[in-house]
Amino acid sequence: MPAGLFWFLAALSILAALGVVLQRNPVHCLLALVLTLLAIAVLFIGQDAIVVGFLQAIVYAGAVMVLFLFVIWLLNLPVESGPTGHLALKLFGTLAVAALLAELAVFLVPSRLQLKFSSAHAAGYGSIDALSQTLFSEYLIAFEVTSVLLLVAVIGAVALARRTTQAELQERKEASARVEKAA
Amino acid sequence: MNPFNLAAINFAWLPILPLITVGIGAIVVLLAGVRLDDEESEGLGWLSLAALAVAFVLTLGIVGQTGVAFAGALAVDSFSAFFELVILIAAAFTILMSLDYAGENHLAGAEYYSLVLFSALGMMLMASAGDLIVIFLGLETMSIAVYVLAGLRRRDPRSNEAAIKYFLLGAFSTGFLLYGIALIYGATGTIKFEAIRAALTQPMMSNPMLLLGLAMLLVGFAFKVAAVPFHMWTPDVYEGAPTPITGFMAVGVKLGAFAGFVRIFLVNFGPVSMHWSQALWVLAVLTMTAGNVIAVVQTNIKRMLAYSAIAHAGYILVGMTAAGPEAGSAVLYYLLAYAFTNLGAFAIVVALERRGSVGDLIADYRGLSSRSPALAGAMALFLLSLTGIPPLAGFMGKFYIFAAALHQGYTGLVVIAVLNSVVAAYYYISVIVAMYMEEGGIDTGRLARKPALVAAIGLAAIATVLIGIYPAPYMSAAANAFNSASGEQAMRAASLNP
Amino acid sequence: MGGGIGLNHFLLLSLIIFSLGMVCVLTRRNAIGILMGVELILNSANINYLAFAHYGGAKYDGQVFAIFVIMLAAAEAVIGLAVVLAIYQNFKTIDVDATETLSG
Repeated sequence: MPAGLFWFLAALSILAALGVVLQRNPVHCLLALVLTLLAIAVLFIGQDAIVVGFLQAIVYAGAVMVLFLFVIWLLNLPVESGPTGHLALKLFGTLAVAALLAELAVFLVPSRLQLKFSSAHAAGYGSIDALSQTLFSEYLIAFEVTSVLLLVAVIGAVALARRTTQAELQERKEASARVEKAA
Repeated sequence: MNPFNLAAINFAWLPILPLITVGIGAIVVLLAGVRLDDEESEGLGWLSLAALAVAFVLTLGIVGQTGVAFAGALAVDSFSAFFELVILIAAAFTILMSLDYAGENHLAGAEYYSLVLFSALGMMLMASAGDLIVIFLGLETMSIAVYVLAGLRRRDPRSNEAAIKYFLLGAFSTGFLLYGIALIYGATGTIKFEAIRAALTQPMMSNPMLLLGLAMLLVGFAFKVAAVPFHMWTPDVYEGAPTPITGFMAVGVKLGAFAGFVRIFLVNFGPVSMHWSQALWVLAVLTMTAGNVIAVVQTNIKRMLAYSAIAHAGYILVGMTAAGPEAGSAVLYYLLAYAFTNLGAFAIVVALERRGSVGDLIADYRGLSSRSPALAGAMALFLLSLTGIPPLAGFMGKFYIFAAALHQGYTGLVVIAVLNSVVAAYYYISVIVAMYMEEGGIDTGRLARKPALVAAIGLAAIATVLIGIYPAPYMSAAANAFNSASGEQAMRAASLNP
Repeated sequence: MGGGIGLNHFLLLSLIIFSLGMVCVLTRRNAIGILMGVELILNSANINYLAFAHYGGAKYDGQVFAIFVIMLAAAEAVIGLAVVLAIYQNFKTIDVDATETLSG
């Protein structure tokens, strides 16, 4: 990948990720997230991971993010008033992020990485053909488990979001009565 | 390699038959329940039990094997068999507890039972994983099913809150886990355990990338097993989830997570234990102490058992800190003992609970011995086992773990653990005091009409006593299991450091 | 290949995105905002997987792992949004601070 392209995409993805963190309007956040995902997808393709790059653009930035957008509009989410109030959580977060950034120093000294990394590749690396050969032989079990995982997600989503039954309405009344009594 | 040449990836039915059985069972339960009302789901429960029983028999075939299948994706050894059997038992107990509960609480039966089976499938995958991908996918299958189960009482705000808290923190911890796996992949160049073990013998052990990866993996697992300070979700989630699912989370999810935890850290990263045992030492001390101290002030039995579960994760971490074959077997035995004891205790909480979470205060247990002596006796038994009173299972588990830690020279850690057990005795025994020496509380209802629940309590009580007074066969099974996973690697380590 | 872009650059980018994702998770009020932070973290892990696959001898493990992570992100988003919908029906808000009925 040309160095200029890397720097452009890296800067773009970081700026967009900053947008995800700083924007208060959920729709703006989401658009920033889509931008991050697309910039990263191009980075993937630049690293010969063509399939992964396209999957990232089509499935992740396309389908999953549209699902997010759908829910945001369905719930008519308001603009956030400010960050959350848990001081301890903020403190913990700041410390953790500071510790992580301290680890940067470790990474930035290449001599400390004792491994030999090269970018010399055989022709055809990253093609759909070669990738799917690996996926369906070495990672056969993992692939099958993936289908189970998606099935579980579908069942779970239906179980949580299906139509309310009479019994549940009754239960909700009882629950709210209990909460009032407790308060 | 021809992708459809199954022999080239050593395709084998043996390790996947139990997994397939549970998976098909889950789908059959789901389809069978399509036209059933939520109140008539008991038959689906029996169907799930049948699937678990078949899987149990099939799993027995793995005992005594050593090897890998599917190009190293699945480990076929007694370690996976041991965990799979205990996980199947835990799932079966959960279903026995749910047979009446699910109908009474109008839970969606088909989804409920099939999600329990699917999450058991995820746990079994973690137990039998041969590479980091399968560990990760198993963990996610288990977790996603349990997120939903926790929120299945959809109209109860507490259940909603349990689901969202568990989900958000679970997804967060998944991020850590993934990042950690990525760094380990970068440092060792592989995600297969066999190749990782080979890579670890190279002079690269102090590679900062590997250490950072291990640290992140540790954080991810600490979330899943609810170790302090990554435990904040536990009490709320345990309180809000349907009670049989709380039992399943306290036992099944812990079993699955510890199966992966032990397999990665004790078995495969055992040779570099000097890099992670100190972190585990700190984690163990924090987890035991915070769990026990906060449990003392709880008034809700589910929250108390949640903090007690945190504390028990701490004792298990003591065993993991010690590392080595003796501690490994002790950890496996402890998990077995803990599974039966805790499942029994949760079955009693289910028995006492009326619809709408009435009856899960400790105050509701007052005078239970006069209203229902058998129930009070069983509860006392389980609580004494959790406390660690001889000769019950909980005592032997603690004994083996503390002995292993002492042999490795962790005297200070064992002293802290024993002091913690004393604190724990206070809150466990105060429930027994409430049951036997105080008056009040609530009516237990007609338990005789719930034979499945009675059976669960009875079986758990028998197992708690039996594993405690006759520990030898279970301990040797645990030792066999641990050694079958780490045997080869232990020999290699021995040849390296004579 | 050239211009001095190497593994370290990708690791650095991944670490920055990871940190931003973490900040997002810890400072957001609503569940969907937190979920977006989790997506950032998953992506930072994916950058690592592909960089290691690319610079670590052209293996496919990393690419396969990245595909599974994308799949997982889809599954998690589905579940997360279903939970959010169920909560919204009860609370009429998805602000995680407002759903505090449990305490202790």
